[in-house]
Amino acid sequence: MATDYEAVIGLEVHVELKTKSKIFCSCPTTFGGESNTHVCPGCLGLPGVLPVLNRKVVEYAIKAGLALNCEIAEFTKFDRKNYHYPDLPKNYQLSQFDLPICQQGYLEIEINDNQKKIGINRIHMEEDAGKLVHQGDNIARAEYSLVDCNRSSVPLLEIVSEPDMRSAEEARVYLEKLKAILEYLDISDCKMEEGSLRCDANVSIRPRGQRTLGTKTEIKNMNSFRSLQRAVEYEIERQIDAKEAGEPIVQETRGWDEVTGVTLSMRSKEEADDYRYFPEPDLPPLRIDRAWVEELQQQQPELPAARKERFIQDYGLPNYDAEILTNSRALADFYEASCSLYPNPKVVSNWVMGELLHLLNAENLEITQSRVTPERLAEMLQLIDKGTISGKLAKTVLEEMFKTGQPPQAIVQAKGLVQITDESALTIVVDQVLEANPKVVEDYRKGKGKALGFLVGQVMKQTRGQASPEVVNRLLKTRL
Amino acid sequence: MIISHEQVETMAFLNQIELSAEEKEQYTAQLNVILKYARILEQLDTSQVAPMIHVLPLYNVWREDEVGVGLDREQALQNAPESEEGYFKVPRIL
Repeated sequence: MATDYEAVIGLEVHVELKTKSKIFCSCPTTFGGESNTHVCPGCLGLPGVLPVLNRKVVEYAIKAGLALNCEIAEFTKFDRKNYHYPDLPKNYQLSQFDLPICQQGYLEIEINDNQKKIGINRIHMEEDAGKLVHQGDNIARAEYSLVDCNRSSVPLLEIVSEPDMRSAEEARVYLEKLKAILEYLDISDCKMEEGSLRCDANVSIRPRGQRTLGTKTEIKNMNSFRSLQRAVEYEIERQIDAKEAGEPIVQETRGWDEVTGVTLSMRSKEEADDYRYFPEPDLPPLRIDRAWVEELQQQQPELPAARKERFIQDYGLPNYDAEILTNSRALADFYEASCSLYPNPKVVSNWVMGELLHLLNAENLEITQSRVTPERLAEMLQLIDKGTISGKLAKTVLEEMFKTGQPPQAIVQAKGLVQITDESALTIVVDQVLEANPKVVEDYRKGKGKALGFLVGQVMKQTRGQASPEVVNRLLKTRL
Repeated sequence: MIISHEQVETMAFLNQIELSAEEKEQYTAQLNVILKYARILEQLDTSQVAPMIHVLPLYNVWREDEVGVGLDREQALQNAPESEEGYFKVPRIL
């Protein structure tokens, strides 16, 4: 019998903090400026300069730690991580080694209505590296590379989970939840496509029931939730196949290739990792005042879990709706704004979670980029209530609103989408349909209830969806 | 010998420095002299001294989150051996 394997996954997440200035110098952190224009002797690593810590970074790290149920260190310090790479002008990265600012927390995820706690091993502060542009198809074929130091010394938090995840889906859900919490805290833009949220996965497998861990690989280069899930799924399969074929699993870094859908070996781990950490002599250590931590705790905003609970209590939403709506701060804000204008929470939830999210996902847009505003959505829902448009027509109207940003009334008028409730007009169509389908009429009269649906459908088709379904039903029944 | 040939080789590799056989010999000898001198400190009785992370009694030296003026691009690139279109140019990496 084939061995039953279990996957063991831990994630290392790097998140850029949205401070105004960098972590150790006062250059701006703005994304996307002209190359090497947000730089100074400090972040260029020129000799003789001294780093001075940005207090806001420490504040944000504590906020993240509190939201992730961590212990906040009373004493913490920075260390040098020594390595050579062209995007790191100083040849060392200022990071934290043995005394990180936050330790031993957890985050709760939910999969298929089951709650699971994922441990947070640590959160530490560090500086980002610069950005490389390779001249050629990729790094391996590049003749040379170009360096932009704008990102050098942008503040980062590295959030390291315990190896508590057991499937690629759990890993994705964990990252989604972590992103939601960071968004609610308003400490990062969390844009995976711009690199302000980056994720590496440590993956290993072991026969189910075994307690010791298997050899792990580190997977890099995943820049969406979907690619994280795909990459981890692939890697688990690859390791199982290797094990079954009697091949060794090598401890190494592997890169995810989005196009081919495979992970490829980048470098072997043993020789490369010797960072010779030592305490940073240019930065005095930190004593974190308990009163400050307490003050920050008091200021914490409502977090996803609390907001979800409130959505269930106050709006009477099912668990599923509340989970999805609160998993993005912007989406939850949109929902609440809509509800204040159209106070039927379940109807609003159905439209937001159904049609609107569907349209957004199809275009790969965020809710913040939606041309449909809460005001417009509420106006559209009122048109349904007034009987101006049917629910079916409303879908067409919403699509048009989404495309053009026009108000629903204007779309209804311009496209002639007004619902037909005029009985005499509809009677003519109903009669035509009955005449054209004698067989179906007979079926109905013999007791086949389903035949009615077909006839309603035919009338809707003739009227391009504009007939009022209620009126058509009534007319058909009286005639049959 | 406090530091071996192999350790010097490893150090050179990690720091991306190529050393000739003579240089390896020379630096191993010199580093051993330096480390031996530093070892004099180990004779001190530190059993009653708490481990020290920083030599000065300073804590929480930080600044507020304010943007200042840095270098313009020409200044930033002026010492670069090579630059191109506003970037530092570096030799192929792999």
